[in-house]
Amino acid sequence: MFDIDRWREIFQSISKNKLRSVMSGFTVAFAILLFTLLFGIVSGLSNSFKDAFADDAQNSMFVRVWKTTKPYKGLQTGRRIQLKNNDFDYVKDEYDGKIELLTARVNRNVNISYKNNQDNYSLRAVHPDHQFLEKTIIDEGRYINQRDLKEKAKVIVIGRLVKEDLFGEKPALWKRVNVNGISYQIIGIFSDEGGDNEERMTYMPITTAQMIYGNNDEINSINIGYNPDLSLDEAIAFGNKLERDLRKKLNIHPDDQSALRVQNMAEANKGVGSFMLALYFIVIFIGSGTLVAGIIGISNIMIFVIKERTKEFGIRKALGAQPSSIVGMVVQESVLITTIAGYLGLSLGTYILSQIGDSLEDYFITNPSVSPGIVIGATVVLILSGLIAGYVPAKRAAKIKPIVALRAD
Amino acid sequence: MIEIKKLHKSYPIGKDSLHVLKGIDLHIKEGEFVSIMGSSGSGKSTLLNIVGLLDEHDEGEYYLNGQLIKNLNEKKAAILRNKFLGFVFQSFNLISYKTALENVALPLYYKGIPRKERLKTAMEYLDKVGLKDWANHLPNELSGGQKQRVAIARALVTKPKVVLADEPTGALDSTTTDNVMDLLRDINNDGMTVFVITHEEEVAAQTKRIVRLKDGIIISDELTSKSKAV
Ligand SMILES: Nc1ncnc2c1ncn2[C@@H]1O[C@H](COP(=O)(O)OP(=O)(O)O)[C@@H](O)[C@H]1O
Ligand SMILES: [Mg+2]
Repeated sequence: MFDIDRWREIFQSISKNKLRSVMSGFTVAFAILLFTLLFGIVSGLSNSFKDAFADDAQNSMFVRVWKTTKPYKGLQTGRRIQLKNNDFDYVKDEYDGKIELLTARVNRNVNISYKNNQDNYSLRAVHPDHQFLEKTIIDEGRYINQRDLKEKAKVIVIGRLVKEDLFGEKPALWKRVNVNGISYQIIGIFSDEGGDNEERMTYMPITTAQMIYGNNDEINSINIGYNPDLSLDEAIAFGNKLERDLRKKLNIHPDDQSALRVQNMAEANKGVGSFMLALYFIVIFIGSGTLVAGIIGISNIMIFVIKERTKEFGIRKALGAQPSSIVGMVVQESVLITTIAGYLGLSLGTYILSQIGDSLEDYFITNPSVSPGIVIGATVVLILSGLIAGYVPAKRAAKIKPIVALRAD
Repeated sequence: MIEIKKLHKSYPIGKDSLHVLKGIDLHIKEGEFVSIMGSSGSGKSTLLNIVGLLDEHDEGEYYLNGQLIKNLNEKKAAILRNKFLGFVFQSFNLISYKTALENVALPLYYKGIPRKERLKTAMEYLDKVGLKDWANHLPNELSGGQKQRVAIARALVTKPKVVLADEPTGALDSTTTDNVMDLLRDINNDGMTVFVITHEEEVAAQTKRIVRLKDGIIISDELTSKSKAV
C-alpha cells in the first residue's frame, strides 16, 4: 500500500541521518559496482574470443605447407613443399566420413577492370564448399558450383567492396569484367563478417584458375570442415592423424612442423572453452563473494542502526506506534537505501564499462558490458537482502517492550 | 477513569525476583489531579508504566476507562495508548531529528490524521504552551523547560483522557518547574485527568491529591488544600 506519510517519515529519517544512510548505502553501492565491473570485464574477454573466431567456421582445419627444415629419407632440408590435386583427392577419399566440407585453395593477385575503373585484388580459386568454410554471405547472384568446376567456367564472385570500386551504385551482377586481360562474368556479389580485407576478395572456380594460370594441378592449401558430430577430442585426433598421413605421403619428416601443418580449430576451441569456463567459475565465485559481503555489510549496519534507534522506537510506541508500523518503516527504509545505492553502483559500473569500450582491446577486452539478466538478478538479490537485513533486526526491536526501549540510550 | 485492585508487580533479577508493587489499590476518577510521592525505588515509575500500558502487571486488576486490561498484545496496547493516554517523561524523550512541530504532530500520524490537519493541530498546541515561535527548531536548540513544554504539547495533542507525567520537573530549575506545573494545572482545569510522579513536596503541593508510596504499598492518600479551593 502506498502511504505518502510513511514515505515522508522515511525520507526524513534518511536525510536527517545522512552519515548512517550513506554508510549503509556505500557498502551496497560498492558491492554492486565491483560485481558489475567483474562481469563486464569477463563479458569483454568473451567478446574478444567470439570476435577472433567470428570470421571462419568453428569446425575448420587448414592444411598449409612451407619448406622442410629436417632432412628425411635422403632428401635435403629447405625443399619447398607443393600440394597438388592428388593430395586433395587423397584427403577426400581417405577421410570421407570425418569430413563435412572440403575445398582446395589457390591464391593469386589479379588486376580486374571494368570500363575505366581498374585495380589489383586478391583472388581465391576454390571449390564450392569454400563458401561455408569462410562463411561467405551471398548478397546477389550465387556462389561457384560444381558445374562451374566441371566446365572450367570463366565466372567470378566479387566482394561487396570490389563491386563498389568498379561499379559504384550501378548493378554489377552478370556484367563482364576483365581479369588479367581475360573476360569473366560476375555471377555473385558477397559480403563477409571478417572485415574489409575479406570483402575486397574475389573467388573463381579452382579448375579455371589452374588451367589459366600455369596450366598445372598445384594448390596452395586445403581447407576442411570436419564432421560436426565429432567431439572436440575426436576432431583433434583426426587433425593429428591427417598431419601424420600427409607428411608421410609427401616424404616429410614426421616432426617437421615447418614443412606441413594442420591448423585445427578444435584445438583452439578446446583451449578457449576450458579457459572461458575457468574464468566464469572464478567470476561467479568472486562475484557472489562480493554480493555476500555487501549483504553482510548492510545487515551489520542495519543491526547497528536499529540498536541506535531503539529509544526512538520506544518513544514512537509510547505515542501509539504499532509494532508493524515500526517494522514496516525500517524495512522500507532499508530497501529504499539498498535499491538506490545498488542502482548507483550499477550505473557507475555500466558507465565505467561504456567508457572502457574498445580502449582495452589490446588487453583482449572488447566492449565490456553486463547483460540485463545479470543486472536484474543482482538487483533482486540486493532488494531481498535489504528486506531481510531490515526485517530481522526490526522485528526484534519491535518486540522490545516500550518501557525497556525507552530506557535504552 | 483508572481503577486498580490488589495490583502486584515483580521484576525477575537473575533467579530471584524483586517484588516492587505489593498490592496497590487505587481509584482515580475522571478530572482528578493526582501526584504520587515516595522515595527513590519505592515503585512510582513501575506503577505509572503499568497505568500507561508501557509495562504489564503480574496480579490484580486494572481497568482503564472501564476496560479490563489483561493479556493485551502490543498492537492493542498501542491503540489504547494513542487513544487514551499522553506521556510526559523526565528526560523529555523528543525525537532529536524532528522539529518541535513534527514531534508534537507525531501522535496524530499514528492516529491516521492527514498531514495538513496534523500540522495545524500541532501548531495550536505549541501555541498553547507558548512555543509557536519555536515550531521549526530542533530539540537541541531548545532549553530544558522548552523541551518539556514541547513534550506536554505532544502529550495533549491527541486529547487523551489521562496525562501521565513521570517526574516532569525532575530536570528543570525552579522557575521552569513552576511554568510546567502551571501548564499541568491548566490542563486539569480543562477537565483532563493528570497523574504526576514527583519527589518534590512543592510540586506535589500544587496537585489536588497526594498518594504516598513506600516499599510498594500505599501508606497515605489524601486531598490537598488545592482541591478544597475549587
Ligand atoms: N525493568 C526492571 N527490571 C528490574 N528491576 C527494575 C526494573 N524497573 C525497576 N526496577 C526496580 O524496581 C524498583 C522500583 O523502581 P521504580 O518503579 O523505577 O522506582 P521509583 O520510580 O519510585 O524510583 C527499583 O528497585 C528498581 O531498581
Ligand atoms: Mg522513577
